[in-house]
Amino acid sequence: MSTFVYMTRCDGCGHCVDICPSDIMHIDETIRRAKNIEPNFCWECYSCVKACPNHAIDVRGYADFAPMGHSVRVRREEEKGTISWKIKFRNGTVKDFVSPITTKPWGKFIPKLADADKPNQGEINSQILYSEPEGLNTNKELPKVEKSSFKKGVYY
Amino acid sequence: MAKKTIIEECDILVVGGGMAGTGATFEARHWGRDLKIVCVEKANIDRSGAVAQGLYAINCYMGMQWGENQPEDHVRYARNDLMGLVREDLGYDMARHVDSTVHMFDEWGLPMMKNKQTGRYQREGKWQIMIHGESYKPIVAEAAKKSADKIYNRIMITHLLMDETKENRVGGAVGFNMRTGDYHVFKSKTVIVAAGGASHIFKPRAVGEGMGRTWYAPWSNGSAYALPIAAGAKMTQMENRIVLCRFKDGYGPVGAYFLHLKTYTQNAKGENYEKKWYNQTKELVGEYIDHHPTPTCLRNHAFIQETMTGGGPIHMVTKEAFQDPHLETVGWENFLGMTVGQAVVWASQNIDPKYTNPELTTSEPYVMGSHATCSGAWVSGPEDISPPEYFWGYNRMTTVQGLFGAGDTVGGSAHKFSSGSFTEGRLAAKAAVKYIEEQKAKDIKVSDKQCNEFKNIIFKPLENYTVGRNEITGGTVSPSYISPIQGLQRLQKIMDEYVGGISYNYMTNENTLKKGLELLKWLEEDLEHVGAEDYHQLMRAWELKHRTITSQCVTEHTLFREETRWPGYYYRGDFMKLDDENWHCLTLSRRDPKTGKFTMEKAPVYHIIDDEKEKKEAS
Repeated sequence: MSTFVYMTRCDGCGHCVDICPSDIMHIDETIRRAKNIEPNFCWECYSCVKACPNHAIDVRGYADFAPMGHSVRVRREEEKGTISWKIKFRNGTVKDFVSPITTKPWGKFIPKLADADKPNQGEINSQILYSEPEGLNTNKELPKVEKSSFKKGVYY
Repeated sequence: MAKKTIIEECDILVVGGGMAGTGATFEARHWGRDLKIVCVEKANIDRSGAVAQGLYAINCYMGMQWGENQPEDHVRYARNDLMGLVREDLGYDMARHVDSTVHMFDEWGLPMMKNKQTGRYQREGKWQIMIHGESYKPIVAEAAKKSADKIYNRIMITHLLMDETKENRVGGAVGFNMRTGDYHVFKSKTVIVAAGGASHIFKPRAVGEGMGRTWYAPWSNGSAYALPIAAGAKMTQMENRIVLCRFKDGYGPVGAYFLHLKTYTQNAKGENYEKKWYNQTKELVGEYIDHHPTPTCLRNHAFIQETMTGGGPIHMVTKEAFQDPHLETVGWENFLGMTVGQAVVWASQNIDPKYTNPELTTSEPYVMGSHATCSGAWVSGPEDISPPEYFWGYNRMTTVQGLFGAGDTVGGSAHKFSSGSFTEGRLAAKAAVKYIEEQKAKDIKVSDKQCNEFKNIIFKPLENYTVGRNEITGGTVSPSYISPIQGLQRLQKIMDEYVGGISYNYMTNENTLKKGLELLKWLEEDLEHVGAEDYHQLMRAWELKHRTITSQCVTEHTLFREETRWPGYYYRGDFMKLDDENWHCLTLSRRDPKTGKFTMEKAPVYHIIDDEKEKKEAS
């Protein structure tokens, strides 16, 4: 598939241009609206479809193997923390799905490490990472194996 | 041709903001409170890398808190799946830390599915846990943003800078901004390459509009390898490309289907075809076929043999499982969460798995280091467990001083997936801070001369086009330049036909490989004349150059290893059998940056974990 943009819905805001991982959504300089400049580099990841505030972007299955008449539409609602899908088959069958996208208010529970507790003296020389060993939830130290258990070149 | 030159000095430069890059950027701040940390991303960090569209499972989680698995269990698993050859120190190290990474994701708001009876994370299989991961990437991107001094989007890094006072030491990286056309110089004490592996080096099955629907993202252009290779870093196991058995055309994942939904495969006659090929496979690989679970490549092998001999199409039997409405929902959401394109293919062809068993296929080969394969840079392991040949001072540092790797970049550490790649980024970041603290990055000199030389090289494709375009009336045919897509199609044809792609059923041999190398050399020379009509095409030109140098390295490695270690990934027709006598080892290459010539050597495999338990389980 590849993405395409509906003329009457696109207002040229550029959200899709900003997000596309493949850099294929560009603003057409004549009509001042977005378009897919390289459909054969589209991964159908739907990043642009999800990002479009006007629902102006849709997907038509790749011409070389997808018969026409289908659609897979999406609405991602960050404030509600959900993503909703509607799949329409060529023969008219419809399936709907809703999934959560986050369990917490957006970004609030991600620490800013510059303000968090500093590592203890000498910890840079240990093997532990941030939040360890506590963050492993094992009430134990970080696991290790003895170097002597290495056996060179043996078939196992 | 560049508009402006923008110079930025920093302590830690993270190249690539995918799973490994966000992990590195996040962790670097914990250890390096006063360091300047910069992450550079080719796309937009909120939706970039292999996880851009989300994931429905975290494929690497030990569950040590519930005694589900220990790191040594994972080492056994990865070693078995890759036919005995992995860096067990790196695998163990990743595995012992990965749970703390996953627990952070949970705290940050990533929706983890829970088992209602046990309250634990819902297992999909022994190693996989199920998530609603549509926003996996934006969540980890947020963590990186909170740690970084600066994140640059839309800058493609093309080359590493080298220190001019001390040989074989990194000094930063350069690239260009595909929106502004500015030339960017990052002078940095350390560089962590966390870029993507390589899709689109072998001809894909779809070559029309659907060319972009490769299994691995089309924007993964092998920078993970091209950057260290060009800097003279040693690489390992680059011959170990991966072929995926997936749902046809959309390459939708099969993990949840096999493991959670308990669907299974059969040939056109409804037979379990894998059994049919047991004896034939045993002839090739000996007792490896008896290992449990059956290595991924050997299952591919049976699939390929079955379809080659007319037993196809191969179907996934879904009709039974999909009668359960819950499992049906899981089956569909699995795609919507990470491979929407498969849902589109099924909708377009009226494939409702409740009533139709969908068809499977084997993909074109990919080169990467984080899935059931382990191509990448040869890096140091951790001090406390790595044997002498595997340790040179700093965890995840390549053989170039100050140059670190994580994710697809690191060779030998297979089966790390998203969580393990993020974890490996964390490990590399801590080691990079230590490297700086121990004064290993003192007095680095990068001259204006070096920077200006790269500037001319980077923007040359724009000039090639402008000059060449004036020669002709129009169209795409020029005697003076080739376009990036023309060059890409040449690369894919060479790799496909000479290095073991789909057209030859993954078959190659010494003669075809040598021919492939000759053609690749000519392609490399012709790419001096690649023409780019705008900055977007300039990015495509550099993606192609990175893919090409990666392909040369893959071909050299494939030529060096005179055995068929992974039937089902590729076959050396002149050495069809697995050869433990001579090749139970890792392969290493180094490309001399001055001459462009590769030299090859063998490195020992250390097995650090006994396999008694595994043998008992299998019998």
